[in-house]
Amino acid sequence: MKKVSVIFSIFIFAFQCYCSEPIEQEEITKGQLSISESHHNKKELNISEIAFEHILDSHSWHLWGEGHQAVSIPLPVILKTKKGLVIFSSSAFHHDIEGKVVVEKEGYRFVNYHEKIFYASESPDPEGRYITTGENHEILNDAPLDFSITKNVTQLLLVAGLMLFLFISMARRYAAMGEKVVPKGSASILEPLIVFIRDEIAIPNIGPKYHKFMPYLLTVFFLILINNIFGLIPIGANVSGNIAFTFVLAVITFLITNISANAGYWKHIFMPPGPVWLWPILIPLEFLGIFTKPFALMIRLFANMSAGHIIIISLIGLIFIFKTIWISPVSVAFALFIDILECLVAFLQAYVFTMLSALFIGSAVAEHEHAEGHH
Amino acid sequence: MIILNALITPSVGLIFWTTLVFLLLLFLLAKYAWKPILNAIENRERNIEASIQKAEEAKKSLEQLKSEGEKILAEARVESEKILKEAREIRDKIINDSKKQAQVEADKILANARAQIQSEKNAVLNDLKSQVAALSLEIAEKILKSELSDKEKQRNIVKNLCEQLNPN
Repeated sequence: MKKVSVIFSIFIFAFQCYCSEPIEQEEITKGQLSISESHHNKKELNISEIAFEHILDSHSWHLWGEGHQAVSIPLPVILKTKKGLVIFSSSAFHHDIEGKVVVEKEGYRFVNYHEKIFYASESPDPEGRYITTGENHEILNDAPLDFSITKNVTQLLLVAGLMLFLFISMARRYAAMGEKVVPKGSASILEPLIVFIRDEIAIPNIGPKYHKFMPYLLTVFFLILINNIFGLIPIGANVSGNIAFTFVLAVITFLITNISANAGYWKHIFMPPGPVWLWPILIPLEFLGIFTKPFALMIRLFANMSAGHIIIISLIGLIFIFKTIWISPVSVAFALFIDILECLVAFLQAYVFTMLSALFIGSAVAEHEHAEGHH
Repeated sequence: MIILNALITPSVGLIFWTTLVFLLLLFLLAKYAWKPILNAIENRERNIEASIQKAEEAKKSLEQLKSEGEKILAEARVESEKILKEAREIRDKIINDSKKQAQVEADKILANARAQIQSEKNAVLNDLKSQVAALSLEIAEKILKSELSDKEKQRNIVKNLCEQLNPN
C-alpha cells in the first residue's frame, strides 16, 4: 500500500511538471479577457506546442515553476560565430523562449526563439519579439552554430558518467576477483543484461566474430536504455527521443557495418543472387538498403521514444482542453497506463536498436554460404 | 511549424556532443569495463564448465572406487566362506581322526586288559588246580588210610576193581 502511494505521489509530481505551463496560460487568459474568443483557439493550440516543447532540447534544465518564478538549472550556451566562440550562461535569457530578451555578448545580440538561438533583429516586431518572420512565418534571422551544453547534452554527460562509474567499478571488482567472481549489487542486474546481449543478440546475429563488436553493442544498449529510463523521469531529458542522438548512433552502426563488411556482403549487393535481367532493379534496391536500414534505426528509436512522451502530455493536456478537473481521473489512469507501457518500451527499444545493429553487422561479416542455396 | 521542424531536424550541436560523448564512452568502456567484465564472465564460465567436468570425473571415479570396493568386499566374503568351510572340514577331520585313534587305543587297552585277565585267570586256575590236586592227594591219603585200615574193606576194593577191569 505504501509503495502504491509513493508511486502515485511520483506521478502527481510528474503531472504537476507537465501541467504547470498550461496553468500559466490560464492566468494569461484571465488577464486578457477582452480577447477571450480569439484566445480560445490559441490556447488549445498551445497544448500541442507544449507537448513538442517538452520532448525537444532546451538551453536550461527546467525543474518547476513558470515565468519569472521558474526554477531551472542554467546551462552554458556555446555559440560559434564568425569571430569565434561566444560562451555565456543560459540564465541570461531569463527563461525567455519567445525571442523577447536580447543577450548582448562580444558585440553580438542573441535571442532564444523556441530554444533555437538567433542573431537578434534590430528592432522588435509588434509582439515584442526580436525576430523577423517571412510570409509563411519562417524565421529570416541568421543563426550561429549552436554547440551549447543543452539539457540533452547534460543528461548525456550524466548518463555517460554514470555508465563509466557503474561499469568500471564493476570491471575492477571482476578483474580483482578473477574467475571466482560472483555478481553482487548493481552487477547482479547488469551482468544478466551483458550476458543477454552476448548470448541472445551478438552470438546468434553476428556469429563467431561477435567478440569484436561486443563493446559497441553493450555501449549502445546501455546508453539507450539508461537515457530511455531517465527520459521517463518527469524532469529528465528526452535524449533517446531526439533525432540528433538517434542519428549519431545510426550513423555509427552504418559505419561499423560497412567498414567491417566482407566481399560476400558487397557481392550480394552488386551481384545479387537472381537472374541477371533483374539486376537493374535489384542492384539499386540492394544499394538503397545500405542506407535505409540505419535510417529505419534512427526513425524507430526517435519516434518510439517521442511518441510515448507526446501521448502522456496529451493525456494530461485533456484536463486543460476540457477545462475541468473531472476529466483528470481518465487522464491519470491512461497516463499511468502509458507510463508503465513506456517502462517496457524503454527496454524494448534499447533491445531492438542493439539487436538490429547486430543483425546488420552480422549480415556484413557473415560468410555468405547461403549464396549457393539461392541457385 | 518551427517546433515540428526542430523535432525532425538534428541540431549540429547535439550531433557534435553526442558523437564526442559516445566515442569517448565507447573507447573508455571498451578498454576499462567491457574487456575485463567479458573476460571475467568467460573465465568464470570456463571455470564452471571445468568444475562440472571435474565433478563428473570425480563422480565417475568415486563410482569406480565404490564398485571396486564392492568387488573386494565380495571377494573377501567368498574368501572368508572358503576359510570357514576349510576350518570346518579340518575340525571334522581332527574330530574323526581323534575318534578313530581313541577307538584303536581303547581297543588296544581292552585287549591288553582281556589278555591280562586271561593270564591272571590262568594263573589262578593253575594255582587252584595245584591246590585242589594237593588237597585231593591229602584227602585221598586220608581216605586210603582209613579205607586200608581194615581187611575187609581192602578186599572189597580189590574185588570192585577187579569187577571193573573184567569187561575189558
